[in-house]
Amino acid sequence: MMAQFLKSRDVMLAGVILLLLVGIGIINPRFVQPGNLVEVFNDSSILIMVALAQMLVILTKCIDLSVSANIALTGMIVAMLNFYYPEIPVAALIAIAIIAGGMLGAINGLFIWKLGIPSIVVTLGTMSVYRGSVFLLSGGAWINAHQMSDAFKAVPRTVILGLPVLGWIGILTVLLIAVFLKMTRLGRSLYAAGGNPTAAVYAGIDVGRSRFYAYTIGGAIAGLAGYLWVSRYAVAYVEIAQGFELDTVAACVIGGISIAGGIGSVVGGVLGALFLGIVKNALPVIHISPFWQMAISGAVIIVAVVINARSERKVGRLILKEAQVHA
Amino acid sequence: MSTISAPTPPNATLTPRNIPDRLSLGWRRIFQRWETLLLVVAVLIFIFNAFASPYFLDPWSLSDATYNFTEKAIVALAMTFVIIAGDIDLSVASIIALASTAMGAAAAAGLGTPAIVVIGLGVGILCGAFNGFLVTRFQVPSIVATIGTMSLFRGISYVVLGDQAYTKYPSSFAWFGQGYVWWVITAEFAIFAVLSVILGVLLHKTSFGRRVFALGNNPVAARFSGVRVERIRFLLFLMTGTAAGIASVLLTSRLGATRPTIATGMELEAVTMAVLGGVNILGGSGTIPGVVIAAFVMGLVTFGFGLLNVPGIVMSIFVGALLIAVIALPILWRRFARRRA
Repeated sequence: MMAQFLKSRDVMLAGVILLLLVGIGIINPRFVQPGNLVEVFNDSSILIMVALAQMLVILTKCIDLSVSANIALTGMIVAMLNFYYPEIPVAALIAIAIIAGGMLGAINGLFIWKLGIPSIVVTLGTMSVYRGSVFLLSGGAWINAHQMSDAFKAVPRTVILGLPVLGWIGILTVLLIAVFLKMTRLGRSLYAAGGNPTAAVYAGIDVGRSRFYAYTIGGAIAGLAGYLWVSRYAVAYVEIAQGFELDTVAACVIGGISIAGGIGSVVGGVLGALFLGIVKNALPVIHISPFWQMAISGAVIIVAVVINARSERKVGRLILKEAQVHA
Repeated sequence: MSTISAPTPPNATLTPRNIPDRLSLGWRRIFQRWETLLLVVAVLIFIFNAFASPYFLDPWSLSDATYNFTEKAIVALAMTFVIIAGDIDLSVASIIALASTAMGAAAAAGLGTPAIVVIGLGVGILCGAFNGFLVTRFQVPSIVATIGTMSLFRGISYVVLGDQAYTKYPSSFAWFGQGYVWWVITAEFAIFAVLSVILGVLLHKTSFGRRVFALGNNPVAARFSGVRVERIRFLLFLMTGTAAGIASVLLTSRLGATRPTIATGMELEAVTMAVLGGVNILGGSGTIPGVVIAAFVMGLVTFGFGLLNVPGIVMSIFVGALLIAVIALPILWRRFARRRA
């Protein structure tokens, strides 16, 4: 039991993250001060949220390459609304961001559900369309800090109990998704739809519909992240979050979420995102050029997928062994 | 994907004992082919461009128009093989960046043009081999493996270059991306034409090509039929790596400079080109002539938008919508036809 617990992926990954923190702490003790760790978590919150959004989709054997364009488009929508109609309350803007993001996700989901087009093609297409729409909407112009209302910028920065609201939203999203995946019928059906689509159909689960909901919920989270991104960095322009979709996929892969669908835990997704967040924040602190970040995350992804591919193969063999023992 | 509607048997006497080698190409079937439709679209865009701008029909401006797509098309030709075999290679643009960085470093070290070209191609081949190794040795799904190497290869370019750029290339190196073979035929276009003939023959006229199709349709059945599945998959990743190396030589030579951001997003354009050309993204079907025509369509559209002063990012909306539409419309059309029948 204990040995199995220690061998579980999530625990191993948590161990690797602890080792990483110890290593960084030896070079620069200030990085592992509690205050700074809170800051690192806060900085990783958006990645954690969107990585979990990506995870919902990956669980159903799909992929969403349009999340970052979704972030840019919803972010630009709320930033421009805030600029032209400063009287709209921020709460309404956040609701608009969530709904707009959910609709962008639903468009992906509809193509995949109703027409059965492969998810990679649909989201590759909508990625360009959404990103281009940001340009059409803004005319290529930036919305800068002085053009946003103070309340708009204040939300993610307000500190409650030592953690900014951004971090709290991250924690809340993690908890909600964990409950959703564990406790609800739809949440379980995402695993079933990805683990074995044919069997899921026989079990009475509409695989296409489950995918549609995964994209819609994931899109809504990306929309919320769009508001948070724009208000936190206090700037909105066409290229924000470009390439971020790969970070979210990377976080999932590092967290042990199988790209073939049906396998993965919320804890894994969070740890994968934290790993990338820590590496990103630690590089400047331990005097390594930030230009190393991309190569390091690439190398980590490759190592993680090789480990994943091996462990997934072993699972199949292990079942056979146990069956032999019982027989 | 090669036909819009379900294929109809050409004659009624088709029995299990009387199966022809190939279906006869009636006029109806030729018109229903995806390539024919694409060709019509290409001709329409050509005519539209000719009316939209008086400068379009000049041979020299047509020659310039080919620069829009030749490098992407060379990558797309190799991508066609990989997609037909049921894989995908998302790292091609990053291979171009890494090969270009290596060539820049070689040029900065004072090496001559032949050595630079060899280094560029060599890096492309090595990167392709690395992808193939990950996919075949560790059984990593190709989409994840190449997302990883996409980050790794371009990441190495960032480590080497940072915010700097290599700009000092020997003047003889410029021929590949800026030179002419004969009259208005550019070196780039000539290389693309030769490659598309070679790869077209390889895919459609050799047993290797038939094995690629077999592999894409059913890898398990292909394995049981004696096809060396893993070896072919490895060779195909080697092929996309090599094509990316060639594209890198051409692009670097044309731009005369290397930055880590070179060719960003080209992997998506190459995939789009292949899918637009009628290659099934799930593997198993597709043709080289289709992809070549798709390359011309995309090149002509880009050039046409350029004549109308449309910004590149608006062009990307069009390409994205086109990618979804070319797959969605045949599905909708088939449903519509079935409902009417």
